[in-house]
Amino acid sequence: MAVFTWLKRRLVVVAGLLTLAYLLLPNIVVTVFSFNKPKGRFNYEWQHFSTDAWQDPCGVADMCGSLGLSLQIALWATIGATALGTMIAFALVRYRFRARGAVNSLIFLPMAMPEVVMAASLLTLFLNMGAQLGFWTILIAHIMFCLSFVVTAVKARVMSMDPRLEEAARDLYAGPVQTFWRVTLPIAAPGIAAGALLSFALSFDDFIITNFNAGSTVTFPMFVWGSAQRGTPVQINVIGTAMFLIAVLFVLVSMLVTRRRGHQKA
Amino acid sequence: MPTLAEAPPPLAPPEPAKPPRKRGRFTPYWLLLPGILWLVVFFALPLVYQASTSVQTGSLEQGYKVTWHFATYWHALAEYWPQFVRSVLYAAAATVLCLLLGYPLAYLIAFRAGRWRNLIMILVIAPFFTSFLIRTLAWKTILADNGPVVHALNTLHVLDVTGWLGWTAGDRVLATPLAVVCGLTYNFLPFMILPLYSSLERIDGRLHEAAGDLYARPWTTFRKVTFPLSMPGVVSGTLLTFIPAAGDYVNAELLGSTDTRMIGNVIQTQFLRVLDYPTAAALSFILMAAILAMVTLYIRRAGTEDLV
Repeated sequence: MAVFTWLKRRLVVVAGLLTLAYLLLPNIVVTVFSFNKPKGRFNYEWQHFSTDAWQDPCGVADMCGSLGLSLQIALWATIGATALGTMIAFALVRYRFRARGAVNSLIFLPMAMPEVVMAASLLTLFLNMGAQLGFWTILIAHIMFCLSFVVTAVKARVMSMDPRLEEAARDLYAGPVQTFWRVTLPIAAPGIAAGALLSFALSFDDFIITNFNAGSTVTFPMFVWGSAQRGTPVQINVIGTAMFLIAVLFVLVSMLVTRRRGHQKA
Repeated sequence: MPTLAEAPPPLAPPEPAKPPRKRGRFTPYWLLLPGILWLVVFFALPLVYQASTSVQTGSLEQGYKVTWHFATYWHALAEYWPQFVRSVLYAAAATVLCLLLGYPLAYLIAFRAGRWRNLIMILVIAPFFTSFLIRTLAWKTILADNGPVVHALNTLHVLDVTGWLGWTAGDRVLATPLAVVCGLTYNFLPFMILPLYSSLERIDGRLHEAAGDLYARPWTTFRKVTFPLSMPGVVSGTLLTFIPAAGDYVNAELLGSTDTRMIGNVIQTQFLRVLDYPTAAALSFILMAAILAMVTLYIRRAGTEDLV
């Protein structure tokens, strides 16, 4: 009975932590199996401990090449989507013009559409145009689906911005260009950064849209997909573990930076 | 990490409180032009092309012509309705599970985590950056036939019950509907947690105190105060899980079998392997229309009756 009352009082905490465990279980398995020495092609069963894969992360043919390609695409897609998306967000928040409603729905629709539908329709366009599938078609597709997320992130930030700050800058005789670079952009920066970060993650991890529009080009997610049939090399777990650790580190650092800035302000 | 928590899109973006000021007459159009052009050419135009493809006939060798052959739609529906039904059922099951699993965690982060809040937030977001394919493949290891999970479920006779319900087959979990729904739930759980968290976080803690002062028991407080106020998060969370889950084919392919194929798998096969473009385009259009219809109905219901 004591256990029962204890559980009842902490039901939310226990349930929440169980969900967290569910969320992290695959990451733990990926990390543990990055130290496995598999018998045969498939790395699904634990055999014995080894650091071979960590010492030779690029030892699998084509894997690091696909990783480099994915990083490259993610970088360009982020730059493209962030630039275009930020412009749209500013136009939507700062100006009143006709067709605003239409623009808003055009931004919203790609986020509400299943990925297969977008992937398949984009492929019909490319096939009709006779476009060569590869790097450029992947990049075009990635910029397209990242765009809406950037607009949403930047819009949220710009909307909560106090317009009096810009008025103050103008009262102090700052020109429009100066106001933009010295006041507007620094305030909007966290929103732009969030949009960019999200774009990078979305582009780097995208499989469904890339699968349709890549032709014979192999990005990292496509390499992983292909390896699921052939037998996954341990090195994939190494990359997965490294990505998780880098993400945790990155988030920790960015949190420390924002916290320090907060202290400075106070 | 407040910046990332804001990342999932609020599905109905609120209008700015102040009317935007007028400056250059054409400036907004110049700002919009490149991005909107991109979306028109690479998002809207492809949908038109796909619509036209779906009413074409012909063959890969002789080329396709628009013949307004609407029968493709009937054939597609007649042949693949089980996969459509399955997609909706799996996606709905995954969405409900995401809500049941995600709500306590979002609640925990918003109200109970204290100084652990940031750490838990990181642990929710960080898996986003590990390739989801790698993590989905890890479920193959977790649910393996001779693994501890299946062993435990067998010992507790859970698999007898789920097998009787048709969720599993024999003494295995992999290659059954249960595995696919488990993978879908896992993959889209963060899309449920983040909107839930951001709407829970906005709730004024004093409302809970007020409810307590009025002798509401914790469960009543939750039912009458917390949950109704978190409805915006529930609505956008369920949409962010249901829509991508209904179109997914990765989980069904990696964790399922031929008996668990979803409509995404069919579209992918028709487009990339069978190369039957009209059928694939028709299927993709039916999926889009079905989802738009369901979402519109759901928003209308959730937006009016359930919100008050």
